[in-house]
Amino acid sequence: MFSGFMVNAWEVSGIVAVVAGVVGFFTVLRGSAFAAHAIPNGSFAGAAGASLVGVGTLFGLGVFAFIGALGIGLLGRRGRHDAVTALMLVMMLALGALFVSLGEQYAPEVYSLLFGEVLGVSSDAVAPTLILGIVCIAAIGVLYRPLMLSSALPEVGEARGIGSFAIELAFLGVLALATAMTVPVVGTLLIFSLMIGPPAAARSLTDRPGVAMALSVVLALAIVWSAIAASFETDWPVGFFVGTGSATVYVLARLWQVGRERYGRRRVLGSMA
Amino acid sequence: MSPAAFLGPVFAPGFFDNEAVHVALTIGAAVAIVTGVVGVFTVMRGQSFAGEALGDIGTTGGSAAALVGAGPLAGFVAVDVLAAAAMELVGVQRVRGRDLATGIVLGAAIGLAALFLYLDTTQGTGGSSTVTILFGSIFAISSSTIPAVVVLAALAVAMIAALYRPLLLSTVSPEMAAARGIPVRLVGALYLLALALATALAAITIGTILSTALLIGPAAAALRLTRRPLRAMLTAVGIGIAATWIGVLLAYDSYHWPPQGHGWPVSFFVVTLVFVIYLLSGVVEWRRERGS
Repeated sequence: MFSGFMVNAWEVSGIVAVVAGVVGFFTVLRGSAFAAHAIPNGSFAGAAGASLVGVGTLFGLGVFAFIGALGIGLLGRRGRHDAVTALMLVMMLALGALFVSLGEQYAPEVYSLLFGEVLGVSSDAVAPTLILGIVCIAAIGVLYRPLMLSSALPEVGEARGIGSFAIELAFLGVLALATAMTVPVVGTLLIFSLMIGPPAAARSLTDRPGVAMALSVVLALAIVWSAIAASFETDWPVGFFVGTGSATVYVLARLWQVGRERYGRRRVLGSMA
Repeated sequence: MSPAAFLGPVFAPGFFDNEAVHVALTIGAAVAIVTGVVGVFTVMRGQSFAGEALGDIGTTGGSAAALVGAGPLAGFVAVDVLAAAAMELVGVQRVRGRDLATGIVLGAAIGLAALFLYLDTTQGTGGSSTVTILFGSIFAISSSTIPAVVVLAALAVAMIAALYRPLLLSTVSPEMAAARGIPVRLVGALYLLALALATALAAITIGTILSTALLIGPAAAALRLTRRPLRAMLTAVGIGIAATWIGVLLAYDSYHWPPQGHGWPVSFFVVTLVFVIYLLSGVVEWRRERGS
């Protein structure tokens, strides 16, 4: 389990989990769950198109992820934001359907693009993933303060000259970058559950942003690595364990939060009596 | 010049005699009516993500149905209704955190879909089911599905008709609706049920992950052209039928396009038409605003 091609799987999925945990934290904070679903999912078309014209998958994913991010950002200024996101997504997916049909690709290829093929990661995928991961984290580091401000207090951000539209575009750009690097590993449909589940769970467990972000990374790592181990043992798809695992973690965190609130309230009432 | 000579290049030979085309046009129209009516409320209520999620979640139903040998429509409907109930339980009714609840349910369901599709492939119940379920193939629907589609479509439209006034009020102003004694949460839950039916029907037409196009596109375009809900519904139904029928026609014609002997997917044409109509509606709205 820890030898040969599996080493690549552990390394790459570790990088992916860190990026998903950090970027996902802001996704949840800003309420951009839909965009985090739409951009990776739509970039599926890029991967399908890349194999049709014979360029690298990563390149195709990157181009379509940025087209999606730009489209959502620009069209969303007029029109209703969620409707625009949905339409941009289906337009890209429809192109993907066309590319798949024209390229006469096999169902297994489509499946691995959508649901990931982490166990099949080759060793030359490690370096690009690491570089893109570092760029992603660095971009979040640079954007950290304005992003925090405009996510938590948009009005104050505007007053200090931080345009919410510029920040939104910058954030969607980071989301696109994260998408391009993570999709080949966990698939267009599943990176989303990794970006939502762990950060949302972390936010139910703590109110402090720094702690929540660290916790979200730890949870994402735990989910991905145990999913790989489970998938290795059972031969079932990794996506199944990632998807259900992050939902389970979120539900447990919520239950813990509700329990703590109940208990806390009783204690306050007890001290009043 | 005779009409046949004029229409020849538009309608490839055999279009009007083809059984699969008849089924596609019938189902396409029925589905466009439902998605137009339900979609206007989806857009007005800002529940596009819920619609998108229910569409994707249909994948779980379709792949599970393939596993047990049932038809995809039964799987779409059963799982979408279950998922709508789960979203309601996790907390779709609060605007804040609504996207999150939707996302969590969606993530878990996609995980299950990954498993079912994998099992479908390994058990040899049809390796091509992945592409068919996800991207749809309206030409492959058998005519025996029509009655079920029509019944479900009628059911969804009847639900919206019965709910119309309380639903409209609780969409525009939940506070006022609550003050008038309308059970806002119950109305929202029933609406989610109608949405689940509409999404399942859209999924059988253009595939699970593309179903949102029919639900959101025509309605969003219509709401840019008119602000009145009833008129918007009629417009959305018209746009939906036009996009589906022209999409079916183009896909039929595309057998004669390159690459030879290989048709382009219907879903691609339908979604592209919907997207273009949405962009055009924006131009119309912009010109009207500037003119007034």
